[in-house]
Order: sequence, then C-alpha cells, then structure tokens
Amino acid sequence: MKLVKLMEPVMTTQAIKTSGLTPVKILNKLSCYVKEQVENFNPQQMLKSILVPGIAFIVFLLIWGGAASQVQTSLGTLPGPIQVWQQAMVLVDEHNEERIKQVHFHERQDIRNAKKLAENPDAEIKTRPYTGKATFFDQIWTSLITVATGFLIASLIAIPVGIICGLSPLIYSALNPLIQIFKPVSPLAWLPIVTIIVSAVYVSEDPVFSKSYLTSAITVTLCCLWPTIINTTVGVSNISKDLLNVSQVLRLGWWTKVYKIVIPSSIPMMFAGLRVSLGIGWMVLIAAEMLAQNPGLGKFVWDEFQNGSSNSLARIMVAVFAIGLVGFMLDRIMLVVQKRVSWDKSAVLR
Amino acid sequence: MSNEHLMLSQISIEFPTPTGPFKALDNINLNIAKGEFVSLIGHSGCGKSTVLNIVAGLYQATTGGVILDGREVNEPGPERAVVFQNHSLLPWLSAYQNVELAVKQVFKKKKTKAEMVEWIEHNLSLVHMDHAMHKRPDEISGGMKQRVGIARALAMEPKVMLMDEPFGALDALTRAHMQDSLIEIQARLNNTVIMITHDVDEAVLLSDRIVMMTNGPAATIGEILQVELPRPRNRVQLADNPKYNHYRAEVLKFLYERQHRPEASEAKKKTAQNRVSVMGKSKAA
Ligand SMILES: Nc1ncnc2c1ncn2[C@@H]1O[C@H](COP(=O)(O)OP(=O)(O)OP(=O)(O)O)[C@@H](O)[C@H]1O
Ligand SMILES: [Mg+2]
Repeated sequence: MKLVKLMEPVMTTQAIKTSGLTPVKILNKLSCYVKEQVENFNPQQMLKSILVPGIAFIVFLLIWGGAASQVQTSLGTLPGPIQVWQQAMVLVDEHNEERIKQVHFHERQDIRNAKKLAENPDAEIKTRPYTGKATFFDQIWTSLITVATGFLIASLIAIPVGIICGLSPLIYSALNPLIQIFKPVSPLAWLPIVTIIVSAVYVSEDPVFSKSYLTSAITVTLCCLWPTIINTTVGVSNISKDLLNVSQVLRLGWWTKVYKIVIPSSIPMMFAGLRVSLGIGWMVLIAAEMLAQNPGLGKFVWDEFQNGSSNSLARIMVAVFAIGLVGFMLDRIMLVVQKRVSWDKSAVLR
Repeated sequence: MSNEHLMLSQISIEFPTPTGPFKALDNINLNIAKGEFVSLIGHSGCGKSTVLNIVAGLYQATTGGVILDGREVNEPGPERAVVFQNHSLLPWLSAYQNVELAVKQVFKKKKTKAEMVEWIEHNLSLVHMDHAMHKRPDEISGGMKQRVGIARALAMEPKVMLMDEPFGALDALTRAHMQDSLIEIQARLNNTVIMITHDVDEAVLLSDRIVMMTNGPAATIGEILQVELPRPRNRVQLADNPKYNHYRAEVLKFLYERQHRPEASEAKKKTAQNRVSVMGKSKAA
C-alpha cells in the first residue's frame, strides 16, 4: 500500500508523460517526492496515515494469531500469521528453484544441440520448451493475464454499447431487459456453457491460446460487461441538455459529438463501472479457475485443498492474501488510468 | 414582406404534458430586419426561451414557422448561433478550444489552418479574452465564460445571434461591462440579434426594438417599442436623457401595470387568506 501511494504522484507527473521513463528520472522524481514529504512533515498527518492503520493491522494479526491457535481442524491447528509468512517464503523458494531448474534445462539443451551441430552441420536440432511445475507466482501471472484479457474484451464491447444505449432511448429500451436479465447471472452458471462452446468451436491443430485460458477469459468477460454497460449508459444519458444543444447548434457529426462531448462528460461514470467490473472479474476468475481446474490462482487453491498436507491451510491463506493484494492493485491501476484520462484533475478520486 | 430578413409568422406551440397539451405560445408574429437588435422582455415563464428555441430550431412550432432569408427553419444550425444563459462551454476544453470546435465545424473547407487560428484569436480578442484564451472554463470568472460563449457565437459568423439572458447570472458591475462590450461589438459587426432579458435598462440601452410579451399560457406579443436613441449609446449620458427615461417607463408600465406578475398576484391571494385565518383565530379567542 505504501508503495502504491508512493507511485501515484510519480506516475501522474507531466514530466514523465512528455519525456519518457528513464530510471534516473524516476529516481529523481522519487527523491523529490520523499523530500517534499519530509519537508511537509506533519506529526498529526503521519499519525493518521501510517500509525493508525499500522496499529489496526497489528491488532488484526494478534487477534488472528490468538484465535487461530484455538481452532483444531483435520489438518492440525489453523495457521497463524507466522506460519502463513513462513509458507509465503517457502513459495518464493520453490519459485526460485523452478527458475534455476529451467535455466539448467535450457543450458543442457543448448550444449546438446551444439554438439550435434559440431558432429553433423546438417543435423536437425530440436528445442523443447521447459515444462516444469507451475509455481505460485506463475499461477498469479496466469490469472493476471487472464483477467486482463477478459476485462479488455468486456470493456471494448461494453463502452460502445453503453454509449449507444445512452444516446438512443430506442436501443436502450430494446437492450435493457436483456441486460437486466443477464446481469445477475452467476459466473459459475456461464462456465459450463462457455467450456462446451469453446471446445466445440475452438478446434485448431496448433492453438495459440489454450482452451482453459479462453474459457476463463470469456467467463470473466461475461461478468465484466454489465456494470460498465449500465454505468456508461447512465453517464451518457445524464449529459447536460445544454451541451447537447451546443452540439445541435454546431451540427456536430455523430463521431465528433461522441468524441468531444459524450465521452469526456461520461468518463467519471464510465470509470466507476469499469472499476466495479474489474473487481467482479477478478473474483469471478478465481472461482472459475477453481471450478474448471484452469491454471491460475484458483487452481492453486484447489490443488492445495485436495493435497491436504499440514501446510496446505497456510498456503491457501497466502493465496488469499495474494488475491486480495492483486485485487487492490488492479483497482489502484484503474484509478491511475482514470486520473490520466479524466479532464477534471481537481476532482477527488478514491 | 417577403424581403424581410427574419420572419416569425403565426407561431404557436403546444407541449404535451401528463394533463393534456399545454399551449405555451399563441400567434406570434414578428419581422426582423438585417442588423436589427431586438430584445424580448416578459415575466418569468411566459415563453421567451421557447420563442428563442423555435428560432434556433431546437423546438418545432406546432403551427406557423420561422423563415430566415427566404428559407424555412426546421433544425438547429450554426447560421443561428445561440449564446446560452449558463454559457454552455465544454468544461474540458480551453476557451480557445471551445471556439475552435465551432470554427472548425463552420469553416471546415473554407479556411486554411492558419486562417482559422487567426480567426479564433481575432474573435477572442473582440471580447477581450485574448489574455486568458488557454484557460479552461473552471479557471475563469462567470463574466469571462460568458464572453467566451459570445466569442464562440460570433466566430460562427451567424446570420442571427440568439442570446438567452446572456448576462442574467452576472453581478451588476460585470453585467454593465458586458453590455458595453456588446454595444462595441454590435457597432463594429452590426449583427442581427435577438436577446432575452429581464433587465429593463439593458433592453433600452441595447435594443432597436423591445418586444414585450404577455403572460402565459398562450403568451403572445403584447407591445413593441421602437427605441430611437442615437448610437453609439453611453449609459452615463443616457441616465438623464428624457427619451431614455420615457422608454424605460413605457416598458415598466407594460410589465407592472398591464401584465401583472403571476407570482405577485398569487402572493396577494395568500396574504388575503392569512388575514382571514388571523381574523378567525381572534374570533375564537
Ligand atoms: N419542454 C417543455 N415541456 C413542457 N412545457 C414546457 C417546456 N418548455 C417550456 N415549457 C413551458 O412553457 C412555458 C414557457 O417557458 P419558457 O422557458 O419559454 O419561459 P421563459 O419566458 O423563458 O421563462 P424564464 O424567464 O424564467 O426563463 C412555461 O410555462 C414552461 O413550463
Ligand atoms: Mg428562459
């Protein structure tokens, strides 16, 4: 959280926008920011922004630690903060080991191929990809890519649909019942349908994307669509009548009107929708991965659950924190993007 | 008659409401010559904005119509530029960009890029906004916003300028400044203008003719006053000009003697009711 707070002002500065990112510049900016913070040091502010949340967090850890030791499960006592931290370190180690193995694998393969070529320059050489076990961090990465894909597809559909619905009462009244019916549908109901359709439609000899990736991403898309459509529609239909009159008097074309008037004035609502969508998409993805055994954080949780070793609960809890942190980070990223694109820099965004 | 510049003939309009159609305007006839400055004055809610919106093409008259230079008006267009009461600038664009949007739209293929830049800057300097033209609406004062709104309208080189209470939201001092600016611009460009106002002084100071409207529903034109004061007009010199005061009195008489304010008559009724109830109470005591 500290890091994210630190990043925001750095990323939004004009300087970086105009003059590319170089490490030196980032460092300069950071040190400026730190200096500013030190100069504006205000004990009360500090108390509020660091000490209070810090104390709350420590209290939370204490209560958790105390309560957890009282709960006996089939896998031993419920892990407290210390065990969870240890498992987190174990997961980091496992990841590093896998990477070392991978490097060794490629080294061996290169040596083998070089030897073959030395013996016979016309020999066919094969390079095989490394197929090791997916580590915790690989799974996080997979989930991130999947949620980003699903969310991007959803946004690319939902924003134009929302704009059109907001501008045309006729289209709105046509689509509204459908939107209202599909909006409350649980992703887990979509999942079997999507899985079957993907396996039926996406048949290719040499698939670029794996089926599980497509299934998860499409399920995320189906759940991300609705909040963005609804919010964009509301934002667009609430554009001030005066501005629409201006556009009529100027006889702006449809595109100019959308680009110059409709989009800028509905950006706050649009982003409210996008942020809700992304939050839902992230939650949905974990559930979908668990249910469908598709690679990702959800699968990690499910595998640990099935595994049932004495460390499993602690490892699942690490995953819980990772899911929470990633979700938080995604929301912050959206906030930064919103600050970048919104015209009203003075608006307080949270 | 057909050689008139702008003709409003037999305009009436009905708005559909839940309780049946509401006739806001009835049989409005008005001919306006090129370069004439006409004010519309009348009590709140009588239908002044509705008249303006019909001329702008934003509303469609139920019967009758508007003819501008021999062509019927049936949709909004830049040759009838509107200055809105609350400026209606796009808040995400600077003053310059707001005017640019209009200029690009109107002079798409008629002006080169350099000519457009010059034209935009020229219009902003007409309203004395050249010093702050790259500021956004939220960074400038109410009067300045209204100036930009006027510059935007002027930059479209409209046949008619339609102004709906352009200075209504401004304080008295700023309003006087804006009126002086408008007099100055009008002297240079000689536009055809229809302006709505609530301010009797403003109407007399600026107009060639003052159109006084009766109260709604089914409002129509009550009287038209020809203002024959020499131009250029100066507010300080006019202050004790008997002709000026005569015109002022004429408008005031129309508004407050011949057309009672709707709220005023309602307020009278209320005080009467109060008196009755007070009497009732004293009787009971
Ligand atoms: N779109 C509409 N639908 C229904 N009634 C309307 C509509 N527009 C205006 N009216 C009615 O027409 C009448 C005239 O309204 P208008 O806005 O033209 O008054 P106005 O003279 O401009 O008042 P003000 O000085 O307060 O601006 C009012 O009674 C109003 O309620
Ligand atoms: Mg009005």
